[in-house]
Amino acid sequence: MAETHSLQDFQRPAVSSKVFIQRDYSSGTICKFQTKFPSELESRLDKQQFEETIQTLNNLYAEAEKLGGSSYLEGCLACLTAYTVFLCMETHYEKVLKKIARYIRDQNEKIYAPRGLLLTDPIERGLRVVEITIFEDRNIGSAR
Amino acid sequence: MHLGESTRECEYSQISTRSSTPMETPYKKKTPKKRKWETFPGRNRFYCDGRIMMAKQTGVFYLTLVLILVTCGLFFTFDCWFLAEQLTPIIPVIGAVLFLFVIGTLLRTSFSDPGVLPRATPDEAADLERQIDVANGSTGYRPPPRTKEVVINGQTVKLKYCFTCKIFRPPRASHCSLCDNCVERFDHHCPWVGNCVGKRNYRFFYMFILSLSFLTVFIFAFVITHIILNSQRIGFLSALKDSPASVLEVVVCFFSVWSIVGLSGFHTYLISSNQTTNEDIKGSWSSKRSKDNYNPYSYGNIFTNCCAALCGPLPPSLIDRRGFIQSDAPQLAPPTNGLPMYGSTQSQQSHKQVNTVDCHLQAKAAHCDCPHNSGVLLQGVAHHTGRGPEPRTEAESHVRARFGAAAARQIHLKARGGGISSSPWSPLQIILMLGLN
Repeated sequence: MAETHSLQDFQRPAVSSKVFIQRDYSSGTICKFQTKFPSELESRLDKQQFEETIQTLNNLYAEAEKLGGSSYLEGCLACLTAYTVFLCMETHYEKVLKKIARYIRDQNEKIYAPRGLLLTDPIERGLRVVEITIFEDRNIGSAR
Repeated sequence: MHLGESTRECEYSQISTRSSTPMETPYKKKTPKKRKWETFPGRNRFYCDGRIMMAKQTGVFYLTLVLILVTCGLFFTFDCWFLAEQLTPIIPVIGAVLFLFVIGTLLRTSFSDPGVLPRATPDEAADLERQIDVANGSTGYRPPPRTKEVVINGQTVKLKYCFTCKIFRPPRASHCSLCDNCVERFDHHCPWVGNCVGKRNYRFFYMFILSLSFLTVFIFAFVITHIILNSQRIGFLSALKDSPASVLEVVVCFFSVWSIVGLSGFHTYLISSNQTTNEDIKGSWSSKRSKDNYNPYSYGNIFTNCCAALCGPLPPSLIDRRGFIQSDAPQLAPPTNGLPMYGSTQSQQSHKQVNTVDCHLQAKAAHCDCPHNSGVLLQGVAHHTGRGPEPRTEAESHVRARFGAAAARQIHLKARGGGISSSPWSPLQIILMLGLN
C-alpha cells in the first residue's frame, strides 16, 4: 500500500497552475510588466509583496534600457571599436540582466518558495511574461 | 515526514536508472545535447554552431559581398597606386578604413539576431487562448483578427495576435513571412544583407548603408580623378585602355550611388523621426490620417531620436541560440498540452521519438473542454533529474514537506541558477505513467 502510495506521489505532478503576468505597453516599448494582482495568487501571496516584486523588476529593466550619458558612451565606444569591445566586456544590459536573475533567485528563496510559488525569469520567456508556477498544496489535498 | 523520506528514496532510485544526474556534463552523456538553434521553429539558417544567424535565402547577400569585394579589390589594385603617387598616400588608407568598416557592419547586420521574439510556450498560448475565449464568451469558434488596444503616450495602438507565434505582438513588432518569425521593431527584410532588419541590428544596418554611400562616392570620385589625371598625360581613350578596371568601377559605382545614397537619406529621415520603414510605408503616424495622429515613440527632438537609435543600449538576444535544450520546470496539463516535455517550443521538437504518443494525447485532450486549473486526466509529470540534492535552505525543506520533492527540487535547481538538465523521456516512461494514471 505504501509503495502504491509513493508511486502515485511520484506520478502526480506538483504543479497546480501557472499564472502569466503580461507586459504593460502603456509607456511604449520599454520592458515593463503589469502590476495587477492576479486572482489565482490571492490565497498564497500578499498583494503588497507581489506589487513590490513586479515594481522592482520594472525598475531594473528601466535601468537596463535607460538612455543616458553612460549608455551613449558605451554605444559610441562600441561603434568606434567596430563592436569588438563586446568580446571582452559585457554590455550594460547584460550586467543588469544578471542583477535581475540574482534578484529573482532571492525572491524565490525568501518569499515565493515558502508559499509554493516559483517565479520564472522573464528572459527565459523572451521578456514576454513573468511566469509564476503555483504548486499544489498537499496539506489541502490534491487537485484531483 | 517519514513517508516523505521513504518517498524520496523510492523516487530517487527510480530516477537514477533512467535519467541523468544533474551534475553530469553534456560531454559525458551518450547522446550529445542539442543546442536550441537546432530546433528553432523559424525559417532561419544557423552557422558556426549557432553563433551566426541568417535568413533562408542568402544568394543576394553573396552578390552584395562579391560586388563590394570586387569593386574595392579593383580599386586598390589598379587605381590606388596612381593616386598614391600623384596625389597622396592617404587616399588608399582612407579607402581601406572605409572598406573595413563597410564589411564589418555588413557582416554584423547579416549575422546577428535582428530581435526575434521566441514563440510562446504551450502553457502561455493556452493561457492566452483561455483569456480570449473568456473575453469573447465563446469556446471553439475562433473569431477573426484578435487585437488588443493599448494607449501609448496618448495614441491608441492596436496590438495584433500572431497565430504563428501565438503571442500578442508588442508595439512595432511585425511577423516576417520570409523568416517566419516575429521581430521586434521590425523595419524590413533586406535580401541584400540576407536578414531581417529589426531592433538589434538596425544600427549596424544604418552604419552599413551610410559607410557604403561614403565608400561608393569615394571610389567613384577617385576613379574619375584617376582617369582625368591620366588622360591629361596620355589622352582620354588611352587612359581608358590603360585601366579598364576603372571603367567597371565607375559603372558599378554610378548605378549604386543613386540607390545607396538615396537609401541612406531615407533611413536618416526615419531615424530622426523614430519610425520604422514598416510604419512609414503604412503611414501609421502620418498626419494625413487624422489631425491628432502623431508618433508616440518619438522623443520629440531629432538629436535624441538619433542617439536613441544609434547609441542606445544594445538589447540582448531573446532566443538563446547556443543554450542547450533542457526540459523545463514541472509542466501543467492544460487541455491543449500533450506531453510534459513541452516546456518550450524548442524542446518539443527535440523529443521526436514520442511524437506519435503526443499526437494521440493531443487528440484526446482536444475533446476535453476542462479549464486547465482543474488538474484533470492528463497530468503533466514533474520532471525528475536523478539523485536529488539535499535541501540546502530552510525554505526548501519546508517546501519539500508541504509541496513534494519535485517542487523542492525545482526550487533548489532554480536557486542554483541553472535550469534542469536531463535526457529526453523514453517512450516506455511515458506509457508507464499514462497507464498508471
